[in-house]
Amino acid sequence: MSETKNTRNVSRRTVLKGTAATTGAALIGASFPMHFIKNAHAQTFRGDPGSSGSVKFGFNVPQSGPYADEGADELRAYQLAVKHLNGEGDGGMLNTIKPLELKGNGVLGKKVEFVTGDTQTKSDAARASAKRMIEKDNVAMITGGSSSGVAVAVQGLCQEMGVIFMAGLTHSNDTTGKDKKRYGFRHFFNAYMSGQAIAPILKEEYGTDRRAYHLTADYTWGWTQEESIKAATENIGWETVNTVRTPVGAGDFSQYITPVLNSGADVLILNHYGKDMVNSLTQAVQFGLRDKQVNGKNFEIVVPLYSRLMAQGAGDAAKGILGTTNWHWSLQDAGSQAFVKSFGQEYGFPPSQAAHTCYVQALLYANACEMAGTFAPWEVIKQLEGFEFDGAGNGPTLYRAEDHQCFKDVLVVRGKQEPQSNFDLLEVVKEVPRAQVEYPADMFGGELGPYQV
Amino acid sequence: MDAIFLQILNGLDKGGAYALIALGLTLVFGTLGVVNFAHGAIFMIGAFCAVTLEKILTLSVRVKDESVTFFDAYKETPYLEVWFGDTGTAIIDWSVPLSIILAIPVMLAIGVIMERALIRHFYKRSHAEQILVTFGLAIVLQELIKSFFGANPIPQGAPEIVAGSANIGAWIGLGESVVYPWWRLIYLLFSTIIIGLVFSFLHFTTYGMVVRAGMADRATVELLGINIERRFTIVFGMAAVVAGLAGVMYTPVLPPDYHLGMDFLVLSFVVVVVGGMGSLPGAVLAGFLLGILQSFSSMTEVKDIFPGIDQIIIYLVAVVILLTRPRGLMGRRGVMES
Repeated sequence: MSETKNTRNVSRRTVLKGTAATTGAALIGASFPMHFIKNAHAQTFRGDPGSSGSVKFGFNVPQSGPYADEGADELRAYQLAVKHLNGEGDGGMLNTIKPLELKGNGVLGKKVEFVTGDTQTKSDAARASAKRMIEKDNVAMITGGSSSGVAVAVQGLCQEMGVIFMAGLTHSNDTTGKDKKRYGFRHFFNAYMSGQAIAPILKEEYGTDRRAYHLTADYTWGWTQEESIKAATENIGWETVNTVRTPVGAGDFSQYITPVLNSGADVLILNHYGKDMVNSLTQAVQFGLRDKQVNGKNFEIVVPLYSRLMAQGAGDAAKGILGTTNWHWSLQDAGSQAFVKSFGQEYGFPPSQAAHTCYVQALLYANACEMAGTFAPWEVIKQLEGFEFDGAGNGPTLYRAEDHQCFKDVLVVRGKQEPQSNFDLLEVVKEVPRAQVEYPADMFGGELGPYQV
Repeated sequence: MDAIFLQILNGLDKGGAYALIALGLTLVFGTLGVVNFAHGAIFMIGAFCAVTLEKILTLSVRVKDESVTFFDAYKETPYLEVWFGDTGTAIIDWSVPLSIILAIPVMLAIGVIMERALIRHFYKRSHAEQILVTFGLAIVLQELIKSFFGANPIPQGAPEIVAGSANIGAWIGLGESVVYPWWRLIYLLFSTIIIGLVFSFLHFTTYGMVVRAGMADRATVELLGINIERRFTIVFGMAAVVAGLAGVMYTPVLPPDYHLGMDFLVLSFVVVVVGGMGSLPGAVLAGFLLGILQSFSSMTEVKDIFPGIDQIIIYLVAVVILLTRPRGLMGRRGVMES
């Protein structure tokens, strides 16, 4: 009885006071410039360096497992990026990327430090090491990786935890398609772009009357690459004879290659990457596919996603094989040359495409923080979304706001017949302009999700 | 018909590799009672004997490529070619077969050292402990190889004369389209010869007879005053040589990397279990059988009916065999049974 009485005792004056106070606070909030309020952006977020003199980046790369060499190259690039951000060395692409607010004094005046994690090219291990870096090391950003499976997994975690993920080497359409996330950004190109870039060259070199047989790595990247290359080659008039999924890490692909011999196909498309590509290409050549004549034409092999490290692994088998790549050290633009020079002088050999994309990602994130004037991820995201820049290799580049995919020129390359030196394994056949590989943002579905989590 | 014939060849070829590794595993298990999870690593080290010899043979005069200014790029000409011309080129071309000469003593030494320094301390321990220690050893060995040679596969070429494909369709009247790489045919022949040599050694030499007697009844052999432990050490070394040679000859088929052993280890254990623990003929039979089954299950016609069957067939067969014949195809009573 008394409780009822007390409740009813809330007076009209109290209600009015409360309403006035709330309305006043709301009005101040809406009209008063935030920079007059101390710590206006101090809404808490993970990775906030606070008053510390340094900010930490988390480099999550494969340090063990089949992509350890690629991971080591990514790590070299990140270390170089940190040096350049902190004003050491020759500055690399800090001198070529435009527009750029980085001054070589760290990021927002804070020295850049880093911690590393080992993805092992396994989704669970990659998520665990990213989580550790976020929770234990308080990193402001996670970056790196050499697999789409890993990228999608880590990107999901970063979205949940509210930490920006600047993807390393990931080529699946899903990364910025159905699995895209507000906190995830990809500089690397994707399978669709590979298809669009290589199809006209395939038409030019091998004609329109071709029958293609696909061998595809059985996971997200392989599926999307098969889909994209199949669509692109069918658009130029090719027929798809068969698409066969192969287990990742199969080692011996002979049982998948022998059916190609009598399939009536005159092109074999290997949707494989890394060790799988090295093995399947080597074995396809051993089975005499490249010496074969089918339908009155020379049998051809195409590797849609190529890298110098893979060409090295495949040796002679890679000679003359067409494919696409995100970037190559032989490019002559100022940005590429600045990066190759810095990297070459630091480590004694040229960077891989994985190193390039990781280096650029680290700089772009740092620059977005400078532009935002804060490390608060939702503000940094807004700076990255729709950011247009040049001078990082590949010509004028756009970080599309709608799906966080970078759009830039794509390279079609060929395994060199007569390499001049130990790094001279690929020749650039064509720099395909960005306009040719663009596509509608909603083509691969997905939802970015909220800015604040 | 063509496709079936090619898949049989594929299966035999693959089976040859499985059988050679499984043979070594069974020899070690049968003689020493040790479940050796480092056996795959031995196969991998054998492959790296070929890589090492090739690196030695291709030591080169390095001329700096002056057109590259930001880093050190070199044009390389092997010393052998500089000194001996075409003969030098031919020696490099034959580096994989020549590696056999290097691999035999190296693998024998590795096997004996491994057994004396580590494995023998675990004879009387449980199988679980043996698996743990040998698995640990395998990881150490593969990481050592990775630190020296990197993580990327290193291509090894077959000699030019056998680098192409044999038109076996024309030999047996199946048409021009049935071709098969020469080197794979050589590998099949090689594995058959090695298997034959191991069986001949065990069956037609006194040494082999004593080893077999020791496998059957160690206590009685020891009572006869024979130092069976020393013989078993040699058998361990011999198993290492068999796996090592299998690794050497496999390099042109699969560019080796540090993880090669692990890729084969699990399959080889399944082969041993399906063949019957401790049974040498069982290991060989199961190796070829599973190789062929794996090849057939990868055919499009089969995968259309059973999608993904190629990835599980070996384990599926292992389950069926163990349910119907718990000792495996040719397993002996009492082996790994309390």
